[in-house]
Amino acid sequence: MGQHLTESPVAPAPKAPLAGLGRYLPARAKVGRQLPGMARTLGISLASMAVFLLLWQMSASYLYGVEASARIERTVREQGPEAGAQMEACIASGDVSCKPNTLPFPSEVLHAAGLLLADHREISAKKAEFNTETAELNVVRAEQGLDPIVYTGRPSFVDQIGTSLKTVAVGFLISLLIAVPIGIIIGLNDTLRIAFNWMIQVFKPVSPVVWLLLVFMIVKTLTLGSDSDTSFLISCISVGLCSMWATLVNTSLGVSSINKDYLNVARVLNLGIGKKIFKVILPSAIPVIFTGMRITVSVAWMVLIAIELLAQSPGLGSFVWEEFQNGGSDSNAKIIVAMFVIGLVGFLLDRIMFWVQQRVSFEKAVG
Amino acid sequence: MLTPPVNLRDVVLDFRDLTKVYPTPTGEYVVLENLQLQIKKEEFVSIIGHSGCGKTTLLTMIAGLNDISRGEILLNEFPITGPGPDRGVIFQSPSLFPWMTAFENMMLGVDQVFPHGTRRQREDIVKYYLDKVGLSQWMHRRANELSQGMQQRVGIARAFALKPKILLLDEPFGMLDSLTRAELQDVLLEVWDKEKITAIQITHDVDEAIFLADRVIMMTSGPRAQIGDILEIGFERPRVRKEILHHPDYYRYREHLIGFLEH
Ligand SMILES: Nc1ncnc2c1ncn2[C@@H]1O[C@H](COP(=O)(O)OP(=O)(O)OP(=O)(O)O)[C@@H](O)[C@H]1O
Ligand SMILES: [Mg+2]
Repeated sequence: MGQHLTESPVAPAPKAPLAGLGRYLPARAKVGRQLPGMARTLGISLASMAVFLLLWQMSASYLYGVEASARIERTVREQGPEAGAQMEACIASGDVSCKPNTLPFPSEVLHAAGLLLADHREISAKKAEFNTETAELNVVRAEQGLDPIVYTGRPSFVDQIGTSLKTVAVGFLISLLIAVPIGIIIGLNDTLRIAFNWMIQVFKPVSPVVWLLLVFMIVKTLTLGSDSDTSFLISCISVGLCSMWATLVNTSLGVSSINKDYLNVARVLNLGIGKKIFKVILPSAIPVIFTGMRITVSVAWMVLIAIELLAQSPGLGSFVWEEFQNGGSDSNAKIIVAMFVIGLVGFLLDRIMFWVQQRVSFEKAVG
Repeated sequence: MLTPPVNLRDVVLDFRDLTKVYPTPTGEYVVLENLQLQIKKEEFVSIIGHSGCGKTTLLTMIAGLNDISRGEILLNEFPITGPGPDRGVIFQSPSLFPWMTAFENMMLGVDQVFPHGTRRQREDIVKYYLDKVGLSQWMHRRANELSQGMQQRVGIARAFALKPKILLLDEPFGMLDSLTRAELQDVLLEVWDKEKITAIQITHDVDEAIFLADRVIMMTSGPRAQIGDILEIGFERPRVRKEILHHPDYYRYREHLIGFLEH
């Protein structure tokens, strides 16, 4: 799941020889040349979106038909033709109680998105109300050295997104804290690189589910006796372990494949080891390291959903799972809403990483 | 036409039976064998020879970046064992760090070589040499935003700013177009005329060798390359390109070198 992305280190493309030319062109000429290109991209994207929606609509109505006729047939078979006719009428009326349960229509998904937002507003309002009500009490409790009372009601969809983002952020940090230092060390040292290589090759393709179970085993033992909720911790660590490989491989690659001329300059100048690492080796490896981090973020986000789902820690993953389990009339539509949100957030995270990559890198990143 | 006897006290670099062997999958490859050469203080030496004869090998051994197989190189009577800022190197590719500005690139070296000066003094050194190579306005540009020729100017400035005992140049202008090359030769000579640092420069360009050098050292083709011939260039310094081109000796020198290379 998602692991294919980490298969090989990805180096940024070498800088195009004329890339710097743009600086010398007047700004207006640049915009003028880009505009038709942007309009074209926008046009093509909009058109393909329309085609996508059309195909979706058609598939949904086909599946709806299949599901509906199967349901009518079954009713006829089990309860006779009269009940069958009733069922047919019920389905045609669009009543929720007999709605065929299959791929939702685009309109249903849009509607579900609206419901989720409305739900969020309602829950936020409740929460705000709860907080003002308990504010005074909490001050008193704080004076008595007691924990404040916090809102423990059902989280809204938007809250779930926030929780997932928090999990992925902590997981990403964990992966950086492990992968970057190890990557630098094994990039600098041939012996260690060989020592670590089998480990990387063997553990890299392991599925997120297995990582989760492993982390679960360890964390469970380590937190024995404490009754705090470890599911958040477990999912963060699992996300970190699943996604750190791209950063690890790229960091060691970036460090080990440094231009020999740079090393020679460092040797001629007699740079100390610290200066050599921080002024020469790391800056030269930054573009490759950041390409790795970008992959790490997208893998982290991708595996997060599966991990949350299994670890039963709050977030989009458990949202999807609960909707699937409770099978309400609009559950399928909500799952599709979650799918789009997951995709969009992933896209956004990647854009952010791309932006950061361009800030810190002396080469142009490939978007 | 072998090395004329030199006053031993003037010798900065003394190559004694220098031999370099590269291990290769098909056995040992002897690049240089028993090479003897002496280079005097404040001398500008050019080395020419066919591609692959071992010029870069020789230069990197002086720089201390390449191990010596047999024999030794004495620098002021001490054998060379490793690299150090007393031997400035100007590589063929400018090898500036592209993530630093021209100024920062030079500061990195100057900080290293003059750790006891004040920050102000070190900055003044950097500015002085960047000005000498005509890059005052560009010093806060990142190296990867400078043209090849400008980057090599920074390379020259960096090498001189570190006040090395010896300057090593490995085809420093090989990657430049001929106009820029002539420009940079002038820049190099101008700074060198002031500083008179012993310089050893590898080149493929016969005219460049004659214009810059006091002596041109011709290497025989490898394997087992040695010094084939040495030509003294008697032009007065400071040299002016136009005058040298019209000097009667110029064509004699040129023919001598080309004759050796075509042999
Ligand atoms: N690290 C190495 N291992 C094995 N052989 C090498 C190594 N470096 C150079 N050689 C060989 O030694 C010989 C001399 O190489 P060197 O680079 O010194 O030549 P050069 O005179 O500088 O050539 P050019 O004019 O093309 O730069 C060549 O045949 C080269 O293939
Ligand atoms: Mg060479």
